Amino acid sequence: MPIEPFECVSGFIAALPAANIDTDIIMPKTFLKGIDRSGLEKGLFHDLRFDEQGAPRQEFVLNQSPWANAAFLVTGGNFGCGSSREHAVWGLRQFGIRAIIAPSFAGIFFDNCARNGLLAIEAENETVRMLTEQAASGTKITIDLETQTIETEHGAAGFEISERRKFMLQKGLDAVGMTLQWRNEIEAFQTRYLGARAWLA
Amino acid sequence: MQFLHNTARFPPAIQTARCVFFWGFMAAFTTLYDKLVDRHTVRSLDAEGRELLLYVDRTVLNEYTSPQAFTGLRDAGRPVFRPASALGVIDHVNSTRPERISSPDAQSDDIQMAYFVRNCRDFGIELFDLYHRQQGIEHVVMPELGLVLPGLVIAAGDSHTTTYGAFGALGFGIGTSDIEHFLATQTLVYRRLRNMKLSVSGTLPTGVTAKDVIMAIIRKIGADGAQGHAVEFTGSAISALSIEGRMTICNMAVECGARGALIAPDEKTFAYLAEKPRAPKGDALKAALEDWRALRTDDGAAFDTCVEINASDIEPMVTWGTSPDQAAPISDSIPDPGLEASPARRKDAERALGYMGLLPGTRLQDIRIDHAFIGSCTNARMEDLRAAAAVVKGRKVAVGVDAIVVPGSREVRRMAEAEGIDRIFREAGFEWREPGCSMCLAMNDDVIAPGKRCASSTNRNFEGRQGAGSRTHLMSPAMVAAAAVSGHLCDVRKLEAHHAN
Repeated sequence: MPIEPFECVSGFIAALPAANIDTDIIMPKTFLKGIDRSGLEKGLFHDLRFDEQGAPRQEFVLNQSPWANAAFLVTGGNFGCGSSREHAVWGLRQFGIRAIIAPSFAGIFFDNCARNGLLAIEAENETVRMLTEQAASGTKITIDLETQTIETEHGAAGFEISERRKFMLQKGLDAVGMTLQWRNEIEAFQTRYLGARAWLA
Repeated sequence: MQFLHNTARFPPAIQTARCVFFWGFMAAFTTLYDKLVDRHTVRSLDAEGRELLLYVDRTVLNEYTSPQAFTGLRDAGRPVFRPASALGVIDHVNSTRPERISSPDAQSDDIQMAYFVRNCRDFGIELFDLYHRQQGIEHVVMPELGLVLPGLVIAAGDSHTTTYGAFGALGFGIGTSDIEHFLATQTLVYRRLRNMKLSVSGTLPTGVTAKDVIMAIIRKIGADGAQGHAVEFTGSAISALSIEGRMTICNMAVECGARGALIAPDEKTFAYLAEKPRAPKGDALKAALEDWRALRTDDGAAFDTCVEINASDIEPMVTWGTSPDQAAPISDSIPDPGLEASPARRKDAERALGYMGLLPGTRLQDIRIDHAFIGSCTNARMEDLRAAAAVVKGRKVAVGVDAIVVPGSREVRRMAEAEGIDRIFREAGFEWREPGCSMCLAMNDDVIAPGKRCASSTNRNFEGRQGAGSRTHLMSPAMVAAAAVSGHLCDVRKLEAHHAN
């Protein structure tokens, strides 16, 4: 699946201000039965978005205007903890989420975001608080990856990202293709490594 | 977190002194984690050596997180770099009911299992399918074959791959894109973690198990307490644990955010491996042992974070909420969220109690259950089944409780049957199942109904984990057994054990 490059994106931001939002909540198991990546938009936060009869729960933020069209989420810490299921990230992207801002992310989820063009921003508590307030006002914000800034009506904040991650997001690059440039180097490493460890050969 | 002795919290003067002291010896004093990363580094990807291309020795694949990785390879026309480094195991979606597994169409009728069989065949990967005599939960199968060896890096599409740290192997979970990356390149783009040392000193009280230790640790440091870290477990209480107990500890380290968990290999590790069919033998073993004995953190190596726990303070633990850190000793009552200092944590606790249908102040031992589940990659090995059977022997499952035992693998199932453990469970009223992940994540037909409550030897008590609206209490297998025969959560130490042997 081609990755949409991330340059400068504007959109609404929705707040989910709870810690430890796990991947079972983000993408319940009912939606993990397929062998492709499609159809996961419906599964996103399914049990929060829909009641037992399948009707939208009006009290849930992503069912309200303008956040039903949110491009960004601001959440509590340790977002994406639990299972390694990448379906959580695919579902977020299919719903239209381009970036998530949180005090911290679970490790596997953070890496899964990078592999799918979803910008995960680990932000200072101050920035998270400011964006959570901004989200409530229902106005748009802009995230510029080149300058590493988040702009809102009430001010701007910077954020950190590794150079490599930034480059890959900006270009929408396929990581496998990039690594295979070093194929000879990997093969030489493997020969040396296994040669020194007869019990693994 | 005030209880962490983080170097960042020292006054600047002390911190500088400490850094200078260690700076000159950095190359000489290295943690076990950094040794493993160093020996697997193909190339650095940034100037600081934080991001690197990591050579990965082995993987284990399952039918539910791998399909899109294989489709990616097919679409790009890429082969698997080293097919012999991967093993496929069906475990997540299969039924564990013996009658369903014996159906010849059970595998071909399921889209994920059928595609997995095709992928393993087309890409030359060994597969333990539904009918294979070694089938089981991936993290039970890999160690029992002897495929998890000290010093290896094993990355797999399941977060509980941290289990392999029990052998001094660096195991960690990856997403599907990274499975594809590994299969195509034998490597991963990897970010070096910080080092955390978690010492458990002293001796565990009678009736307290490895599961209680890791649950007490998670409660203490929080569900994100080890985030960004590789954790090395040390101390006399860890050394005293069996290899299976160590697997339980490393397995659940991911529940406090650890992306790698390690226990330095010792003579117990080597003795465990000596009996395993695919572990090195003869001269190969001799060469391996020389290497493995050097796999330990150097004296004087610096850790970014250190946590100490006294084993004698630990009691049998149970969770009361919907995050693994919402736990308490069984003798306690449900805490009052109103006493929680942080407003965010108070809100989380209130929501959790609402979901769990519990009130503050209720004694944990008064919570009645509808289901008892003994299984999962955390606790479905021989020792776990023996410990649970010792509690169950001569007793009956309480009226109104549905109790099942799902052995971790066919191998475990056979061994348990040879010891007569299956009979003890069956006579007590437990169902004796075929292996799989089963009710741990309810991706098969082992689903708990909304509002029903389960005592579970598993690893996650998230909302909806065992079925939409289901309520999970995590605990050790012996504690599940005690709850099953009592009908409510219960301190296993209050029941007299009847040893299975």
